Amino acid sequence: MQWFDALIQGVLLGGMYAQYALGMALMFGVMKIVNVSHGDLVILLSLVGISLASSFGLGPLAVMAALVPLAVGLGWLLQKAVLNRVVGEDPLPSLIATFGLSLALQNLMLQIWSANSRSLPGGGIESRSVQIGGIYIGLLPVIVLAVAVALTWGLDLMLKRTRFGRALRAAASDVEAASMTGINPRAVYASATAIAVGILGFAAVFQSLRSTVAPADGGAQLIYAFEAVIIGGMGSVWGAFLGAMVLGVAQAIGFRIDPGFGVLAGHIVFLLVLATRPQGLFGRA
Amino acid sequence: MTGAVLSTHGLVARYGDFQALYGIDFQIGQGEAVALIGANGAGKSTFLRAVMGLLPVASDMVRMGGQPIGGTPADRMVQRGVAIVPEGRRLFTGMSVQDNLRVAVDQADRLGRRGGWSLSRLHRLFPILNEKARTPVQSLSGGQQQMVSIGRALLCQPTVLLCDEISLGLAPKVIREIYAALPEIRAQGTSVVLVEQDVGLAQSASDRLYCLLEGRVTLTGPSGSVTRDQISQAYFGGSHAVV
Ligand SMILES: Nc1ncnc2c1ncn2[C@@H]1O[C@H](COP(=O)(O)OP(=O)(O)O)[C@@H](O)[C@H]1O
Ligand SMILES: [Mg+2]
Repeated sequence: MQWFDALIQGVLLGGMYAQYALGMALMFGVMKIVNVSHGDLVILLSLVGISLASSFGLGPLAVMAALVPLAVGLGWLLQKAVLNRVVGEDPLPSLIATFGLSLALQNLMLQIWSANSRSLPGGGIESRSVQIGGIYIGLLPVIVLAVAVALTWGLDLMLKRTRFGRALRAAASDVEAASMTGINPRAVYASATAIAVGILGFAAVFQSLRSTVAPADGGAQLIYAFEAVIIGGMGSVWGAFLGAMVLGVAQAIGFRIDPGFGVLAGHIVFLLVLATRPQGLFGRA
Repeated sequence: MTGAVLSTHGLVARYGDFQALYGIDFQIGQGEAVALIGANGAGKSTFLRAVMGLLPVASDMVRMGGQPIGGTPADRMVQRGVAIVPEGRRLFTGMSVQDNLRVAVDQADRLGRRGGWSLSRLHRLFPILNEKARTPVQSLSGGQQQMVSIGRALLCQPTVLLCDEISLGLAPKVIREIYAALPEIRAQGTSVVLVEQDVGLAQSASDRLYCLLEGRVTLTGPSGSVTRDQISQAYFGGSHAVV
């Protein structure tokens, strides 16, 4: 029972990680951009959301409605102003550029919000739960998981069925051949990063509802997103979703073994996958 | 000739310090088929890539309908009516035949290009593409892949189609099947530049030909009247000959 409970809690935790990981799957798996500022963007959006809530008395849904479009705009700007200058076959330039951006964002956030931890008041939903057969299931984690499934499903459908999705897959497969077919890769990339960061708008609201955020917290989100994408297998959004589930379950089970072992258990699973199946559990060889 | 749809004027191209093309003057009229022959490394692919905007060139080195367009990015060249069947086919691996073709349909639509090519017409030209619509392109045979690459370029609704060694590595029967599509493509009014290693094939499929040697044009003339001797001299060295 205790292990079954850990499994359930792990899957629910995986829902949160999936929300971090989807945008990274799009940027890293599809565009081969390593965005080191991924986690800092979650934190930035969270802090903006918290400030919006306290300044204008907005509830979580209203914050989300404001934050997601803001995140889309931020992503578009990030690609246009920074990443389109460094994108290419070599992932190193984008890694260096976003590493610089990460440091700049952390300092900026410290200046504006100080190092204090804050959270978004959820009007009680963050503490509600139901008991099913002896297992407590939090309402908020279930919502997080449901939103993660919806986002994954929508993103997958968009990649498979829409003109934009086909153009993005084509550019990911062979960017020069894509341009010979009329695709403007930079425009496609700008939209893709806008979507990737837009998803972080959802993640930011949930992150700041379920725990606290502080300017220096972005590193953990970055690592979890990265691990989920690698565990799942690059280039597939359902792979990233399942990778996030595996990571969540590993951490929850590790936590039951020893509370100090939770995060480490996730890292160990990540390293095991990297060592034995570098294409990811659900990726094609 | 003032009726050239596309022309180059002293076109030069470099890869870093290495100069690959030394002043190519070339032109093609509407509906014309022009072959570009020459030994391996002569600069044929470089020429097509330079025209397509995949290599940096000065704007007045390439003209369309007299307008300087050299160095225009490839996606904008597609918008202007130039499409390429690139060396090595360059299909979108991991995507189905249908999705590879749809990318071109999508973009032609986005760029406002109208023309006579549709998926159904392409399926009549190469029926196998319909049968294999859902197959990932990487599991097709070489000939079928070449048909996808040609189809993808046609669905960009080009006025000028650049073909880079579309017969390379294919069986004679498949080559005939692919070349049999040329008359229908040209009937559309599309001009075709054919880069070919097989000189006989190039001659029989084109109206005029250019021979390149080490980045220079060594022979130009009507495909029907250049002689074997002229070609072999132009191919392997000798003085510039105009027929
Ligand atoms: N990417 C490249 N970098 C450097 N040199 C190149 C590159 N591509 C082609 N070349 C050189 O340019 C010359 C012309 O090549 P290419 O246009 O491919 O010839 P062809 O298509 O006629 O066989 C060759 O000497 C080749 O080695
Ligand atoms: Mg070549």
